[in-house]
Amino acid sequence: MIRDQETINQLVDIIERFVRERLIPAEEQMAEEGKLPDHLLQEMRELGLFGLTIPEEYGGLGLTMEEEILVSMALGHTSPAFRSIMGTNNGIGSAAIVFNGTEAQKQKYLPKYASGEWISCFCLTEPEAGSDAASLRTTARREGDFYIINGTKRYITNAPVAHTFNVMARTNPDIKGARGISSFIVERDTPGITLGSIDKKMGQSGSMTCDVIFEDVKVPAENIIGEEGEGFITAMKVLDRGRLHISGVSIGVAKRLIADALDYAMQRKQFGQPLAEQQLIQAMLADSQTETYAAECMTLETARRRDRNENVSTESSACKLFCTEMVGRVADRAVQIHGGAGYMSEYAVERFYRDVRLFRLYEGTSQIQQIIIARNMIRAAS
Amino acid sequence: MKVLVAIKRVVDAYVKVRVKSDGTGVDLANAKMAINPFCEIAVEEAIRLKEAGAAEEIIAVSIGATQCQEQLRTALALGADRGILVENDEALEPLAIAKLLKAVVDKEGIDLVILGKQSIDTDNNQTGQMLAALCNWPQGTFACNAEIQDGKIQVTREVDGGEQTVLLNMPAVVTTDLRLNEPRYASLPNIMKAKKKPIDTTTPAELGVDVSSNLKTLSVEAPAERSAGIKVESIEELVNKLKTEAKVI
Ligand SMILES: Cc1cc2nc3c(=O)[nH]c(=O)nc-3n(C[C@H](O)[C@H](O)[C@H](O)COP(=O)(O)OP(=O)(O)OC[C@H]3O[C@@H](n4cnc5c(N)ncnc54)[C@H](O)[C@@H]3O)c2cc1C
Repeated sequence: MIRDQETINQLVDIIERFVRERLIPAEEQMAEEGKLPDHLLQEMRELGLFGLTIPEEYGGLGLTMEEEILVSMALGHTSPAFRSIMGTNNGIGSAAIVFNGTEAQKQKYLPKYASGEWISCFCLTEPEAGSDAASLRTTARREGDFYIINGTKRYITNAPVAHTFNVMARTNPDIKGARGISSFIVERDTPGITLGSIDKKMGQSGSMTCDVIFEDVKVPAENIIGEEGEGFITAMKVLDRGRLHISGVSIGVAKRLIADALDYAMQRKQFGQPLAEQQLIQAMLADSQTETYAAECMTLETARRRDRNENVSTESSACKLFCTEMVGRVADRAVQIHGGAGYMSEYAVERFYRDVRLFRLYEGTSQIQQIIIARNMIRAAS
Repeated sequence: MKVLVAIKRVVDAYVKVRVKSDGTGVDLANAKMAINPFCEIAVEEAIRLKEAGAAEEIIAVSIGATQCQEQLRTALALGADRGILVENDEALEPLAIAKLLKAVVDKEGIDLVILGKQSIDTDNNQTGQMLAALCNWPQGTFACNAEIQDGKIQVTREVDGGEQTVLLNMPAVVTTDLRLNEPRYASLPNIMKAKKKPIDTTTPAELGVDVSSNLKTLSVEAPAERSAGIKVESIEELVNKLKTEAKVI
């Protein structure tokens, strides 16, 4: 649902412009230094990029899902690592509070996330619990007015720079599965938190992940989000929205890859004519364009249905599965169209080829999406 | 001090435009439109004056079709206080625009008008000068610096071969050059808030201005395609070619 076409056009316009004029020129620097330049962090804050999905009454823009997709596609035109830095505040880091937090929690945290003053992160995955997240082992033991958290979280995006951690931990050791898990807000300066060293990754240099180790971390009981035992269900709701967001980013990156590949194919001459005149190159361009268009249509349609409060669990997973696999194929073709140049760091497609590999892995791997889709199909039929 | 900023809706600077096959103009169907970049600099300058405490109110005015509201909204998101749309569907020549602006200046009691030195679509570079003449006000065109000093405005102008600084009595007209400032981005929350700022709509007839044209466009043609360059082996060859082929020295 778009609340006001003219306003969303303006928002997307200004983001496209910011991406083109400020972020794209800084892509290489960020990739090399592995860190977002400080002045750009400040500019992103000033533009309001950290509060896209946070409700207006807490200083954000309160974008609808459809609006968020349009914005995520615009952000996809540059290195996904830029998006990743603001991504947790707009998604997995803040959403549990937006969905299920108390008024006091919302007042305390959301305005700081919206302005980008504080960075949030989402701590679900553990060394022994990845796709099977409901088997997580981190514990939260109630002691008076506090919970005592113990455990290790793995590959946590933005943890190295985070002020708050949304931690999923088991409050009821007798319930092994999802219903024994609760969700907590843990502030960085609470004693007992240790950060692992920053992970060396295949791509998305500039976005940082690390382990987070909790040793007898004493969290005020009021920091639980929702009731005991609701944590996993909220986390799944959070990831559900995230799936559509990642779909939008994948579409945006696919468009950038197509633009770069088309540009190269029209400039580069072989056999006396531009590559773009060769039918086999045209086939790669046309297939990429077609798949991107299909991805865009399905994602926007699912977003509109979600805005109408329909249950889109199957469709969101279908979008995540198709869009992230699609951008993998588009990236592969973009490298192919560039020939040897596509293997060289001088060309952005080489970097994007590595960057997009992540989309098929996190927030539920492609296989996990397939499982969700098929289970929903079977449940509906039985 | 009340500042009026004129805003023109033009094709986005990043869009590649094509001349219509019948030569009557440029094909703008579905083309992305934006604020003329020089007008954006004018808005920025007005906001800086307001931030510095030199201006109380910034009014953005645009003349054209209903859709010009979009560009007015952008100006409001950047920091203008309110907008005026002078609705008119046909393209107007600079003199008609200058007359309409004069009518707005008189109606609103404006102290300073800031305009772009030209628009990137027709590149006339006339409106500001004509407005100054119609108002009988001093003008500082092609400004690369502007400062308010005791009720006057000092404008540094970009002129051929250097800069010229003039001190203007107010009220005055200033037109902006590229180096006057670097416009900010409208922040996303301000774009949302701009929805609530007022835009008044009026027409040339309501303002009592005759906008009939003295100009007729005979044809519009694309610039000749540039032919490919060549590489020369030596300086002698270059000089020789410049003399005999390019005939520029
Ligand atoms: C850069 C990066 C950032 C991340 N950020 C975060 C974060 O911020 N917060 C967070 O909590 N986590 C984060 N993660 C973790 C991520 O969500 C997990 O890596 C992901 O869920 C997969 O879990 P795993 O790595 O343990 O793989 P595994 O679960 O071990 O899976 C290995 C393979 O087995 C397949 N597989 C697993 N189970 C099945 C099955 N039942 N049927 C068929 N195939 C199966 C998987 O699809 C995969 O191909 C991040 C990961 C990365 C790489």
